[in-house]
Amino acid sequence: MAEEKLINRYPDALTDVEMRYCPGCTHGTAHRLVAEVIDELGVRDRTVTIATVGCSVFAYEYFDTDAVQAAHGRGPAVATGIKRVHPDSVVFTYQGDGDLASIGMGEIVHAAARGENFTVIFINNAVFGMTQGQMAPTTLMGQKTTTSPRGRTAEEAGWPIRVCELLDTLEGPAFIAREALSTPQRIRSAKRSIKRAFETQLAGRGFSLVELLSSCWTWWDMEPVEAIYHIENTMTEHFPLRIFRDCLTGQSEEVDSNA
Amino acid sequence: MPRVVIDAEICKGCVLCVEFCPRDALEMSDATNSRGHHPAVLRDDEKCTGCAVCALVCPGVCIEVYR
Repeated sequence: MAEEKLINRYPDALTDVEMRYCPGCTHGTAHRLVAEVIDELGVRDRTVTIATVGCSVFAYEYFDTDAVQAAHGRGPAVATGIKRVHPDSVVFTYQGDGDLASIGMGEIVHAAARGENFTVIFINNAVFGMTQGQMAPTTLMGQKTTTSPRGRTAEEAGWPIRVCELLDTLEGPAFIAREALSTPQRIRSAKRSIKRAFETQLAGRGFSLVELLSSCWTWWDMEPVEAIYHIENTMTEHFPLRIFRDCLTGQSEEVDSNA
Repeated sequence: MPRVVIDAEICKGCVLCVEFCPRDALEMSDATNSRGHHPAVLRDDEKCTGCAVCALVCPGVCIEVYR
């Protein structure tokens, strides 16, 4: 019998610090995928993590890379500065929907419009997680949050923002994709897009963004497993999974989770 | 023999690995770790094929797969 081998080594790009997320929060999955991609591309020693504000504010403790903690929503502005001063570095921001789509909407749109050569990992869980579950710009219609206790209505709060579609109207971005951290197939697909985004940056092609539909069962008032199926069955209807733009292939396509 | 090793101290008992295991080889332990979570354990090592789906969905990054 062949000698048994460990087939999933703990990523070098993650520290040994235990992640302080809720049980079953997909932030942990997203961290692992990004770390695995950094390892596979062999760029850990020149990667700079831009941690932003939200539950992932401690990302600089979890990623074993250089890191900067940006002010709320200002991740893309900090990333722009670092990437322009150190063009050989690999820079990515890790932002939630409260950070990127609300207070940071100005920064992200202009960084994308300028085609800045860094990568954005955008976690969309349709709610402000860290600050107790308030309504976010991405909150679904009818979704109950602590600031929309009877469900979001268009009269009161308008409609949710689809960030990928919005940025896809610009000429600057080189790679835009939306993936979901729900089933094992979707998680594999998400990793492919994250790798593609980093490859886009390494090829010097410009702005890349991967939106990851994520769970926040704590503020969705669900069990962790139930929240995973909520992503798969409900969120993907409002936020269709798609590779909107890929400058390396010049194509846009539906995400094929069976590939 | 393929097998998984789950770090019972890191596991927060979210049940995702048990939910997505295609061979139904995992279960939640009755025991608690030092934080009071019930960690996942390998119930039936005959069933485990080492497919690593549990490790793929684990947000705690606390599952090692050997095969």
